[in-house]
Amino acid sequence: MQPDFAARIEELEARVESLERGGQENKLSMVVFSGDLDRALAAFIIATGAAAMGMEVMLFFTFWGTPLLRDPKKSAPGKDMMGTMFGAMLPKGAAKARLSKMHFAGLGTKMMRDLMAGKNVASLPQMIDLAAELGVKICVCDLSMNLMGFKREEMLDYPDLMYCGVATFLEQAMGSKVQLFI
Amino acid sequence: MSDDITVTRELDLRNLSCPMPLVKISKGIKDVAVGQVVKAVTSDPGALADFPAWAKTSGNQILKTEQAGDETSFFIKRLK
Repeated sequence: MQPDFAARIEELEARVESLERGGQENKLSMVVFSGDLDRALAAFIIATGAAAMGMEVMLFFTFWGTPLLRDPKKSAPGKDMMGTMFGAMLPKGAAKARLSKMHFAGLGTKMMRDLMAGKNVASLPQMIDLAAELGVKICVCDLSMNLMGFKREEMLDYPDLMYCGVATFLEQAMGSKVQLFI
Repeated sequence: MSDDITVTRELDLRNLSCPMPLVKISKGIKDVAVGQVVKAVTSDPGALADFPAWAKTSGNQILKTEQAGDETSFFIKRLK
């Protein structure tokens, strides 16, 4: 009996392997365009969930998502007027992100954060740490950095943080099973 | 009682919300050898559907699910 089973399993394994190679890789590529707290939370829950399930995850931060990666403890002097303005008006890091609805001049967002803390849901900065632990890769859009006047030295110390353009994202996306835009 | 299943490790995931139970079990399963069983106790309602989905994609097996009030215990065997 045993030799039969072994041969069968070997054959099946070979077939599964070739199927896996031909198809898309077990990767998730996600654009984080929004800087809203609720949307960013969803992005990170999906990213960490996917990583926990064995997927390779790449997040591409662009536009309003870019300021979420600012380190509140760092600053970047020497910006021009537009850069300084963006720097002041946009949230300084994930802890300052606002809800997309019901922000209510800060009351709504505060309420949501308290609600999450009360139900033991990780905060956005905690989710970013978790993502780092799980090996989620983050690529920041150079164009957005440029337009909004952000400097690399004011960004978070995220492991292997990369700066890239759209081709980097697209190349990853093309080879991924799951592609998302938040 | 689960006398027929030998639990090598128990993970207390109670009061943890999405995605933490998932993250913890994906790490926790690596702490036992292949063929051993982890008992994960969770109170997160989302975990009821999440754990079977995780088991399927990670290639592990849920031997048994036990419900006690709003706590669910998953007996998971590491297959690879």
